[in-house]
Amino acid sequence: MSDSAQTYWKSNIKIVSVLLSIWFFISFGCGILFVDFLDQFRFGGFKLGFWIAQQGSIFVFVVLIYAYIYLMDKLDNEYNLQSTQQGNSTHKTEKENN
Amino acid sequence: MSVQVWTFFFIFLTFGLYIGIAIWSRAGSTSDFYVAGSGVPPLANGMATAADWMSAASFISMAGLISFLGRDGTFYLMGWTGGYVLLALLLAPYLRKFGKFTVPDFIGDRYYSKLARLIAVFCAITISFVYVCGQMQGAGIVFSRFLEVDITTGVVIGMAIVFFYAVMGGMKGITYTQVAQYCVLIFAFMVPAIFISILMTGIAIPQIGFGAELTESFGGGYLLDRLDGMSEELGFATYTEGQRSTQDVFFITAALMFGTAGLPHVIIRFFTVPNVRDARRSAGYALIFIAILYTTAPAVAAFAKTNLINTVNNVEYSEVPEWFTKWEATNLIRFDDKNGDGRIQYVGDSETNELDVNRDIMVLANPEIAGLPNWVVALVAAGALAAALSTAAGLLLVISTAVAHDLMKRSFLPSITERQELLYARIAIFVAVLIAGYVGINPPAYVAQVVAYAFGLAAASFFPAIVLGIFQKRMNKHGAIAGMLSGFLFTAGYIVYFKTLNPSLDNAEGWWLGISPEGIGTLGTIVNLAVSYAVSRFTPEPPVEVQEIVQNIRLPGEALTK
Repeated sequence: MSDSAQTYWKSNIKIVSVLLSIWFFISFGCGILFVDFLDQFRFGGFKLGFWIAQQGSIFVFVVLIYAYIYLMDKLDNEYNLQSTQQGNSTHKTEKENN
Repeated sequence: MSVQVWTFFFIFLTFGLYIGIAIWSRAGSTSDFYVAGSGVPPLANGMATAADWMSAASFISMAGLISFLGRDGTFYLMGWTGGYVLLALLLAPYLRKFGKFTVPDFIGDRYYSKLARLIAVFCAITISFVYVCGQMQGAGIVFSRFLEVDITTGVVIGMAIVFFYAVMGGMKGITYTQVAQYCVLIFAFMVPAIFISILMTGIAIPQIGFGAELTESFGGGYLLDRLDGMSEELGFATYTEGQRSTQDVFFITAALMFGTAGLPHVIIRFFTVPNVRDARRSAGYALIFIAILYTTAPAVAAFAKTNLINTVNNVEYSEVPEWFTKWEATNLIRFDDKNGDGRIQYVGDSETNELDVNRDIMVLANPEIAGLPNWVVALVAAGALAAALSTAAGLLLVISTAVAHDLMKRSFLPSITERQELLYARIAIFVAVLIAGYVGINPPAYVAQVVAYAFGLAAASFFPAIVLGIFQKRMNKHGAIAGMLSGFLFTAGYIVYFKTLNPSLDNAEGWWLGISPEGIGTLGTIVNLAVSYAVSRFTPEPPVEVQEIVQNIRLPGEALTK
């Protein structure tokens, strides 16, 4: 296993860990564990905790997947791992990196 | 035109469309049949995944469930969407890079073991089969209620349509019909929701109407405050407050999330895109398309509940609207005039409550309750059928690939040609359609219940095995097999114990640690992880070739073997 493959994987793990921490905090944290506490704040007709549980968390999930797509594309480009290419050229890229 | 004529019109139109797509997208090779030749654009795959995922339960039952659960209904909303974050970040890109046809393919190759492959085949078939029976039943119910044909005829029509495009086109046919079915189902769900939101709050976006003030004719004030007030007045639980214990909601949400990420019919959708980058993108599209329905559903739930209470409570029975009588005929609404005053008392106290409302009504009859035009009412039937059939097709494909590819080609008959394998795949789908249809017509009492538990089982078996297979190079076959078996048996055992052997204990006091059978899959996942990890420490590490596979799937690029 080459060094660049190892650092690529480390950066990948870091991105995934950060995004999953946010995922956990919003869904299980704000949507379930602290929901009663957050319900004391209101905006419009919504209690905040209730809104996060039934609407807000889902919007955050979408944003998290797009953040992942963006960050991974950037990482792939840094390491020249262009997965959009097909066939031999990709094989070559991989060999260079390994 | 009457509702029934409109219903026939929409059903003929949409079914004609599905058949047309099936003829256009015939499968020529096993790769076409299993993974649509891995040539599906990410946007189309996102729509297909959304239709594959949103079943009869999401379309017909979920909003109704939420309207009776109030805030606790959150576990469906977060559980069935949050799982996509796990799928996108932990599974989809790596499994696409692995580049095979099925989930048992991955388990069998990664854990270099026929036994692991067979356990995966068993889990995949069990989970998918339980699930597909519910879809056939759903299709039968829609046919019988809206077209007034009997359930048997309804199921047979549904079977014939699914059979036609699944057998001809395999994954390729299924994918492009699912794209069409997504459009049908989301249109059918959104149009009534938008109409009702405008009617009740004057705002066209249901997600905003949900937190807005009611119009004068509905009495003004914020919708949710009014719903809370009415609920308390009538002795129901306060809508925006939770009733279940926090740990139970936590465990159910987690079980649904892990289960979503472990369901084979969802995972295989990511094998159909051209490369890793597209797999990530299609997960994003899929969640957007799903979120459109899932953020609308809680709004529909609140609108429908308010509207129902307003329309029926304390109304003379002789003056009920037409829809009430119509749905009474199907037994989905039952009125029992306990105090004999001729009025409907809809209250929380079961002693004096006179109205029994089935939760499915909330979506199916919602447009009628709100007095929407006939064509909107009729749309719901076409949408519900699209939801049921698209999911059924995806599940049947999993069963067929598990039989033809994993059991025959990879385990017992490795010498068969591609042509023969394709033939077996088609025969397997044919047989699976017949069995699912039979079960749909003669549902055993437990099917509907068991569908909900498919998630717990997927969570406790596949999810940890796949994640460990990618993120733990040291994980070996002994660990994975022991983990899958212990997770699956623990979860199934807990569910069977409370649902079949000891139903009297099935309540918050009887449950272990206060976790309901719906949430036990989370503990099953933890059991699986712990057992896998422990066993793998005391057994030899996987061979070098396998460690190379793991190394390879961690980097995007051309698929390893093809």
